Amino acid sequence: MTTVLIPTPLRRLTANQSRVEISGDTVGQVIVNLDDTYPGMGERLLDQNGDIKRFINVFVNDDEIRTLQGANTPVSAGDRVSIVPAMAGGC
Amino acid sequence: MTPLNRDQLVALAKSQIIETTPQALNERLRNGVKPLVVDIRERDEFEQGHVPGAVFIPRGFLELRIEQYAFDRETPIVLYCAGGVRSVLAARNVKEMGYEHVESLIGGFGGWKSAGLPVKVPKMLTGDQKVRYSRHTLLPDVGEEGQLELLAARVLLIGAGGLGSPAALYLAAAGVGTLGIVDFDDVDLSNLQRQILHSESWIGKPKVESAVARLKDLNPDVTVVPYREPITSANALDIIRDYDIVLNGSDNFPTRYLVNDACHFLRKPLVDGSIFMFEGQVTVYHPGSPEEGIVQGPCYRCLYPDPPPPGEVPSCAEAGVLGVLPGIVGSIQAVEAIKLVLRKGDPLIGRLLMFDAMDMTFRTLNVRRDPACPLCGEHPSVTELIDYEQFCGMPARE
Ligand SMILES: [Zn+2]
Repeated sequence: MTTVLIPTPLRRLTANQSRVEISGDTVGQVIVNLDDTYPGMGERLLDQNGDIKRFINVFVNDDEIRTLQGANTPVSAGDRVSIVPAMAGGC
Repeated sequence: MTPLNRDQLVALAKSQIIETTPQALNERLRNGVKPLVVDIRERDEFEQGHVPGAVFIPRGFLELRIEQYAFDRETPIVLYCAGGVRSVLAARNVKEMGYEHVESLIGGFGGWKSAGLPVKVPKMLTGDQKVRYSRHTLLPDVGEEGQLELLAARVLLIGAGGLGSPAALYLAAAGVGTLGIVDFDDVDLSNLQRQILHSESWIGKPKVESAVARLKDLNPDVTVVPYREPITSANALDIIRDYDIVLNGSDNFPTRYLVNDACHFLRKPLVDGSIFMFEGQVTVYHPGSPEEGIVQGPCYRCLYPDPPPPGEVPSCAEAGVLGVLPGIVGSIQAVEAIKLVLRKGDPLIGRLLMFDAMDMTFRTLNVRRDPACPLCGEHPSVTELIDYEQFCGMPARE
């Protein structure tokens, strides 16, 4: 199981949980399984082509997955997947 | 020994010491073998202005300290005082120490000044400033020198709201000498839960005016430059150009892309912060500075190539924000701006700091430049400021 850190704007989909445990061997699988467990996640994270939306960054541990192997980046138990969307607020 | 009166002693000294004119000294300083120029006046006189390059040794310490500057007795030395009398007497004493080429400046500093020659006014903290900034100057990484750099620094704040409020207050308190503030809004009652720059008596009045009044009251050393206008593609470059560092506290995506692009074109470091409900992000977008050993980091577009479609990410006005949250995030932005001014520490370049007030966690994630970035990548497609409203109004991917 991998720990997925949920950003504030998406927490209403996870019943307000800031971190959830999800299975999967790659980031891509984790996102699919995340959507299964918390419906609506996929729509928020992925575009029509199934790619991660361009205003959202996904990190495995401390590194952004584009600098790793993208959605194919392997994850294992104890890894941490962080979802970081753009935020504009300064108010 | 025949007693000498004042005039006789001066006359004797003048017969023994070579005197030089301001013009001749200036010529030697510019083109010749530079003599060691020693200002023997009192400290306050020196601080008000002196011959460029002169060292300061007050008359009372001249013989005791001259060797620290010129051990070699062949060193050419020119002494000057205020009017040329004290220095000719002092020169005799220095000559007795074996210095062969010691001269006195005719007319002293007064003569130098009235000849219209350049005067160096050293920057020093005033007595009040020494007290005001004493907790800074005690820090080895700041010191008087660092404090003077802060006083000479120019930081532009985009927004005088939640993030801009604590940032402006701390930067002003720290003695950042010039603070520009861009905000076209008026103070509203709903702002006061978090925008600590403003207060009830300013409701309905421009935020920049409230900011100027508050910051001047906090620290009269600070020049606050208000821009009561939205920042747009038409004015961004002209406003940002005058500043060393930009601190972004804006509340919408078009402004964030605009400020990012303008800072990139002008090569200004951008200290970016954003907040949402209980969560904040801070990072520094830096164009790189080889002389400081700073490598260019990613820009906003490297992280977020496209904006979210309108409505997909709710604003603070829709979702709310914990009032203290911008206090933390804006203060961290102020820390980063001060570090950049002082060139100290490890700025958040290539690192995204995430703060979660509910979990009470800080994390830093690594972010990198994207070679495909439309702005700072290898084949940029954004080469000038664009229409950012339109850019952000379009669907993210079509
Ligand atoms: Zn970029």
